[in-house]
Amino acid sequence: MPDGIGSPPDPIEQAVRAVLGSMSGDLTVTEAALLAELEALGREVSRAKSEIAALQVEDITASHIPAATDELDAVVAHTATATNEILDACEVLEGLQPQLPAEAGAALSGAVTRIYEACSFQDITGQRISKVVNALKTIEARVAAVSSRFGSAAAAPASAEDAAPKTEGEALANGPQLPAAASSQAEIDRLLASFD
Amino acid sequence: MDKSTPVLIVDDYKTMLRIIRNLLKQLEFENVEEATDGQEALAKLRAGNFGLVISDWNMTPMTGLDLLKEVRADARLKATPFIMITAESKTENVVAAKQAGVSNYIVKPFNAETLRDKIEKVMAHA
Repeated sequence: MPDGIGSPPDPIEQAVRAVLGSMSGDLTVTEAALLAELEALGREVSRAKSEIAALQVEDITASHIPAATDELDAVVAHTATATNEILDACEVLEGLQPQLPAEAGAALSGAVTRIYEACSFQDITGQRISKVVNALKTIEARVAAVSSRFGSAAAAPASAEDAAPKTEGEALANGPQLPAAASSQAEIDRLLASFD
Repeated sequence: MDKSTPVLIVDDYKTMLRIIRNLLKQLEFENVEEATDGQEALAKLRAGNFGLVISDWNMTPMTGLDLLKEVRADARLKATPFIMITAESKTENVVAAKQAGVSNYIVKPFNAETLRDKIEKVMAHA
């Protein structure tokens, strides 16, 4: 049986060796089949260990995932900057409103309101990106945990899931739903009305 | 609707605070203060005399739901109208907020008309 990647013998390998050591005389058909199954299982485990070692888990946890989360943080920062620039411009436009004829002023006010409404995208996208970052951190932690179980050097970082919610508010803080799963304002209004 | 009512808006996104403040300004609410999480909001509520709270849900170290529960448990603050504006749109969130005593619930993204409508409704019952 292959030795894998230099880690201590795994329980399956130890079991096969124990079975072999306990056997004497001719094997029955059943015993031979069981032994073949155990040997095949041991080879699968060794192959999996080799494949995990070849994944270069350290690169994933030390480079790929931190780089991805940094890029996503930069997206949030850039959209926040751009959104604030837009809001700056809107506030300038609102300041001009008193100087305009009533009809033009009302039109400008309506347009600025629509821009304000649209700018709330930054909050929603920021929350969605935070969910992705937390998912990446969870993947990072689990990859490192699997790796360390197979003898790789990568230490498992703290998962985002490790911070257990302490209050009902935290437990129910899931962030934005995908459009297909999200309730509309009308559905929420009906739900609230059902309490009256 | 008394537009001079002091309003506390609570959100951990500074951009969102700015948007809500500007929308409230268009609705002629000029007396608006801000907090960036539930704890800061609770301290401001206890120190001030606010007639309306408009709060996000997902904040640390204190969420909007936990802020709502603190407000409703406080003898002086418990009657303060409280509107939740949040991206949390699951039924369980709305039910939990209602059971905690929320006055109304707005799901993000929202429009100015919805904000105006909900403020008018909760202020009418205040």
